[in-house]
Amino acid sequence: MTATPEKPVMIELENVVKTFGSFRALGGIDLKVRLGERVIVCGPSGSGKSTLIRCINRLEAHSSGTIRVEGIELTGETANLATIRSEVGMVFQQFNLFPHMTVLDNLTLAPVRVRGLTKEAAREIAMEFLERVRIPEQANKYPGQLSGGQQQRVAIARALCMRPKILLFDEPTSALDPEMISEVLDVMVQLAEDGMTMVCVTHEMGFARKVADTMVFMDQGLIVEIGTSEDFFNNPKNERTRTFLNQILSH
Amino acid sequence: MNRRATSARAATAFVLVALAFALSGCGGGTYTWGWHILSPFDPRGQTNIAFLLQGLGYTLGVALAAITLSVFLGLVVALPNLINNRFLNLASRCYVETFRSVPMLVMILWVYYGIPVLTGFEFSVFVAGVIAIALCDSAFEAEIFRAGIQSIERGQTEAADSLGLSFGDKLRFIILPQAIRRVLPPLGNQFVYMLKASSLLSVIGLSELTRRANELVVTEFRPLEIYSFLVLEYLALILLASWAVRRLEYRMARSERSVE
Repeated sequence: MTATPEKPVMIELENVVKTFGSFRALGGIDLKVRLGERVIVCGPSGSGKSTLIRCINRLEAHSSGTIRVEGIELTGETANLATIRSEVGMVFQQFNLFPHMTVLDNLTLAPVRVRGLTKEAAREIAMEFLERVRIPEQANKYPGQLSGGQQQRVAIARALCMRPKILLFDEPTSALDPEMISEVLDVMVQLAEDGMTMVCVTHEMGFARKVADTMVFMDQGLIVEIGTSEDFFNNPKNERTRTFLNQILSH
Repeated sequence: MNRRATSARAATAFVLVALAFALSGCGGGTYTWGWHILSPFDPRGQTNIAFLLQGLGYTLGVALAAITLSVFLGLVVALPNLINNRFLNLASRCYVETFRSVPMLVMILWVYYGIPVLTGFEFSVFVAGVIAIALCDSAFEAEIFRAGIQSIERGQTEAADSLGLSFGDKLRFIILPQAIRRVLPPLGNQFVYMLKASSLLSVIGLSELTRRANELVVTEFRPLEIYSFLVLEYLALILLASWAVRRLEYRMARSERSVE
């Protein structure tokens, strides 16, 4: 069930290289993500998958190559950077909620300051998304009063309140206690079903199998294998992919 | 928090008892105390006390004005730590190293006597004093803010960036509110330090607490009693200030108690 090719390209990476000093975190990545496509990126730790996703909204500046988001090229120039970032939501492994603000304020800050919504309008949207991640009753609490799973759902709602066209997930369940993983994944599955364009770094292969249009396997800063979910899981071509899948699925 | 408050109260009580003991003449010796010159029941004592206490306005005024100015300066100097600009960082470093190295008394003399020669612009004693103290202190404020800003997890900046918040908004809504909470105790300390540093302005003739004590000593020839009274004035002032700072800290901690 690959996204139909006519759909517009949302993210386009061409030969993207990222170096940290002498270390090549990304060694030349080509990737296209189309509207509504769900891309799951997996790979062993240190393979560059987080770096890849962080380059897409320029939390890391890539060293060479081009990254285009909705046709706009990412450069050091600030004006288009803010525009792109407001269109690309990001969910972090460590949630990164603002601890000194209530859940509601976490959700309304950017819509009010960046989108220019009135407080009332922002609050309405915030409550709608809190409803969607199933924690409207926590609106007036502080992040520290919530469980990890609840915090991550707030973080997803915070990203959604900007009504982004693309959502990036950087290992959203890796910092969670096992019993809280499914409540977050449920929300993400629902988002996928609603047609959100998603790029998600995760080790949750059950989730990947369920939602992925495209599976990307990375190792040592390169895309080793890329393909449809069916091909990837049932018929992996690369030896390293097979080893990785065996390791991760054997338990 | 409660334990800290209790131990602070115990320490205060101890200091007061010890002082009372020493000043009441229980220390022995042959000195005849002359507390009558500062007796609230004696007309002369009343005049003297009133004279000494009138310095309170300047002492507080200098401390408040200086801390306000130096917090502002310190914040501006600390901000380059948020942007990776080599030039600005270097400038910030130079500022801190320079002003941290100048003794406060030297800075006071330089600003009050030096700047008018250089620019032809004369300050009042109060303004010169505030500027000098604030300049010296701002280096320390900058270091405090730098530490506070750097203690904010990188994820906070990244989350703000990923939402498309502008640099100013990120600073105003995310970084500074959290950083200021964390640096409040050291800022409180700096304020206490300002209260004490204002005594240096007696040298250029600002009639704050210390200057007035000096002047009274010259007419009354009772340095021990008058300077002891001065010690008590500062002690009371600073205990009060410390208490206020603790209250503020406690309230801030309470408003954020759920966090972390």
